[in-house]
Amino acid sequence: MHVLPALITVLLLVAAGYAAGRIEALRFFFGAVVPLAAVAVFLGGIAWRVLRWAASPVPFRIPTTCGQQRSLPWLKHARLDNPATGWGVLGRMALEVLLFRSLFRNTKAELHAGPKLVYSEEKWLWLAALAFHWSFLIVFLRHLRFFMEPVPAFVLALQNLDGFFQIGAPVLYWSGVIILVALLYLLARRLWDPQIRYVSLFTDYFALMLLLGLVSSGLLMRYFTKVDIVAVKQLAVGLITLSPVVPAAVSPLVFVHLFLLSVLLAYFPFSKLVHMPGVFLSPTRNLANNNRARRHVNPWNYPVKVHTYEEWEEEFRDKIVAAGLPLDKE
Amino acid sequence: MSETVPKPDELVQIDYRPPVRDWMHTPVQFRRGTFCYAAAPKNLKYLEMPNPRDWQPMDEDWKLPENWREIILEGMRERLEKFRSFRLFMDICVRCGACADKCHFYIGSGDPKNMPVLRAELLRSVYRRYFTLAGRLAPKLAGARDLTVDVLKEWFYYFYQCTECRRCSVFCPYGIDTAEVTMLARELLNLVGCNINWAIEPVANCFRTGNHLGVQPHGFKDSIEFAVDELEDLTGVRVEVPIMKKGAEVLFIMPSADYFASPHYYTLLGYLLLFHHVGLDYTVSAYASEGGNFGLFTSHEMIKRLNDKMYREARRLKVKYLIGGECGHMWRVIHQYMDTMNGPADFLEVPVSPVTGTRFEHAASTKMIHICEFTADLIRHGKLKLDPSRNDHWKVTFHDSCNPARAMGLLEEPRYILRNVARHFYEMPENTIREQTFCCGSGSGLGTDENLEMRLRGGLPRANAVKYVRDRFGVNLLTCICAIDKATLPPLLDYWVPGVEVAGVHELVGNALVMEGEKPRTTDLRGQPLASIQPPEVTHA
Amino acid sequence: MRDRPWILLGLVAFLGLITFPIWYNQAAGTTSAAPELQKAVKGDTCIYPTDYMRASHMDVLMRWRDEVVRNDKRLVKIGDKTYNMSLTSTCMDCHTSKADFCDKCHNYAGVKPYCWDCHVDPALLKGGAGERAALRAPGGQHVD
Repeated sequence: MHVLPALITVLLLVAAGYAAGRIEALRFFFGAVVPLAAVAVFLGGIAWRVLRWAASPVPFRIPTTCGQQRSLPWLKHARLDNPATGWGVLGRMALEVLLFRSLFRNTKAELHAGPKLVYSEEKWLWLAALAFHWSFLIVFLRHLRFFMEPVPAFVLALQNLDGFFQIGAPVLYWSGVIILVALLYLLARRLWDPQIRYVSLFTDYFALMLLLGLVSSGLLMRYFTKVDIVAVKQLAVGLITLSPVVPAAVSPLVFVHLFLLSVLLAYFPFSKLVHMPGVFLSPTRNLANNNRARRHVNPWNYPVKVHTYEEWEEEFRDKIVAAGLPLDKE
Repeated sequence: MSETVPKPDELVQIDYRPPVRDWMHTPVQFRRGTFCYAAAPKNLKYLEMPNPRDWQPMDEDWKLPENWREIILEGMRERLEKFRSFRLFMDICVRCGACADKCHFYIGSGDPKNMPVLRAELLRSVYRRYFTLAGRLAPKLAGARDLTVDVLKEWFYYFYQCTECRRCSVFCPYGIDTAEVTMLARELLNLVGCNINWAIEPVANCFRTGNHLGVQPHGFKDSIEFAVDELEDLTGVRVEVPIMKKGAEVLFIMPSADYFASPHYYTLLGYLLLFHHVGLDYTVSAYASEGGNFGLFTSHEMIKRLNDKMYREARRLKVKYLIGGECGHMWRVIHQYMDTMNGPADFLEVPVSPVTGTRFEHAASTKMIHICEFTADLIRHGKLKLDPSRNDHWKVTFHDSCNPARAMGLLEEPRYILRNVARHFYEMPENTIREQTFCCGSGSGLGTDENLEMRLRGGLPRANAVKYVRDRFGVNLLTCICAIDKATLPPLLDYWVPGVEVAGVHELVGNALVMEGEKPRTTDLRGQPLASIQPPEVTHA
Repeated sequence: MRDRPWILLGLVAFLGLITFPIWYNQAAGTTSAAPELQKAVKGDTCIYPTDYMRASHMDVLMRWRDEVVRNDKRLVKIGDKTYNMSLTSTCMDCHTSKADFCDKCHNYAGVKPYCWDCHVDPALLKGGAGERAALRAPGGQHVD
């Protein structure tokens, strides 16, 4: 339902980027103004988003506990799945953010004749998600070679690692292959699984296709139709030193890549992609389950109408007396 | 079982294919057997809640207040500012679908709007329309939609088709908690008087009398005395149950079903034997006569209004600390809300077991411990004289109740007790227990008979796991530590997996306890003959 | 709320990390100027147009390598000229300095081509035959 509009939108963006790269009058605008504006929107947007979340208090301590609580000393406490201390929470969050712990639990429920419900391991989503996010990080860090001069050692080391097998020239980076495969899997899953397709919105397809466009244009430039990367780096360094230049040698394909990136950056804070900062703030994960040991304070805790003992005694006085139960007020 | 409910083999014909039509434009159908009736106006009036009126969900006109949309949107705005969880959970879902087949209602009904992701999207679509830039500018592209009466009806249907069990939250990569979303959605529905009687009537009863069932002080006392008499018949031991005794060490609070419903009642017998066995200086109260809190299924404010009496009564009776009985959502409230809402409990002392001397540091602030924590500690220290063979007629499994499992992590204590009081204990499959446990399908105020079909559907995953251990190990008793479970699992198991009964953990404790001065026991607390005496005394021949 | 300082700290850390390249370049005094390359010591034109060579010289070199090493073909005709397919003899005949030509851009773009795993910078070979032999890469058959 939403697939086609998303695809068309991304293709239009690609076309716009390419056209901008070919039209002299637009090159500076799309090569300098748009990316800088996008970065500003991204940074401002993320900060706004996070501050807005921070502005709402966490009135109650509501961790989802996924293991044994810390109670009696001789019972084995699940320190990471049900942390009781700040360190435990740190561990839980690290597992969550770095390894997608919760998604790793994923199962698939199937109803067989009998009836018999069968739950099987379902790790593909976890694997694809993890592969995508980690390769994205590596690809992002590798790109720092365009933005930083001299190129820092850790970027070179990362490149070496990523291109360890030295296949082809330029060397094949595994992160580039993995991110493409992972994205294609995530898209295919959305399209093929009837349930996931049913819940998918325009934005779900748009984000995936935008990323696919970004990745494909990058792979295209690296491995197929080569571009002048010295010119690309000049452009990149120009952007980041806030003295933008758009060398004539910068290919229109670079504009496609850059424009898709700009759209992604600007779209990021206003879409579901804010799950990146959001995951850190999730109160079911980032709070220790020490509820009964340490009081959590709700800043807007307000007095409510209650039925006090005195009112209760007054209301049921006859019955209390008849039952021979003690009264406070004779 | 009502006439209208299909047979199990019919009910299990579940079509998981989603409709062709986009979910945003598929209005809800109120089909009998799958929803709860509206709250009676007298209850709303008593509680001073908005828009009391005669209406039913299947009516065309819900008699909403004229400015209902403004009320809801204002309510949303207010809650977005008060609950970070709400704003965050509205913003960060990526619709990965990991939660989809984790919901018992989805597994049992195949209705895509029972996938937790879509249940929350019902609310998110409205959030995006009125509270996000993208949704205001381009509603279609942002997945936003107007708040209409149809949307409100959909909210009512599906947010009263979620038992707030949190199973989906375990699997969500961002920890999005549908229980939290449902709680807030119900608060919004309550603002315009769209609530269900099965939740509101207990709330009204509880506010007035102190307990959900509306048992008044004399009824409370009669119940307790009846139990004491019955225990004397069964064991020959007369226990003493002090009611509202000032200066007792412990105030014991249990769900009202324990003293007024079956099979809960046998759990009460177990508690009373246990306390007598260890000589606990305790008291129970006819005022704080409810551990459960249907306010949790209504609004945060109502949680606080109802829960107030626990600390209030503890203070009045000058006890040192509290022990709470077997109840699921009661423990969610005690563990995650009570101290914050009704505390600080600085007039109480850190719980210390008078029998073992164990200091329950993990309850140092709230000053309330779970009966299973208390009992497990007693057993560990060898303070209980137990004859587990008295439970030999039971092949036992344990159903983790949602809230103690996923809002607390009380997993091992009941298991430790069970292994010590019974000799035949079998776990259900691992995807259906502990933090992955399945709801009974009737929690959060949905356990009413007009909703029976939905309850049976929602209970399918649990019942199916019970069937597995029944067929494989001959399990004939499901134990649990939740009053709603004890009320709603018996009909569920009768329907899906006949031959399995339901009991509280402390019922088995009561069976196994060898009391000082007891007469030879020939029956369990239910009055059923014990397995060990079934073959007449030939063993010593 | 007690967690707000932490959130703020996290946000600042994130913004600091993500803008790190800005501060880094600032500190290094980096500008968008391109690296200065050694001018070709002879000849007016390269074997292919400069734009093409800037972007795709690695394709040419890979092609040449395959022809020489795998097909034992040494000569290539481009336009009406014939060239010896050799990095060190042909390319570096005009672009004589590895350091001032090849390395400039490669370092700038963070590229580490593995040409020099086998090939040796001709500038280093001028020392004589002994050194030439010593510098011969292990297993490298076509040092020329």
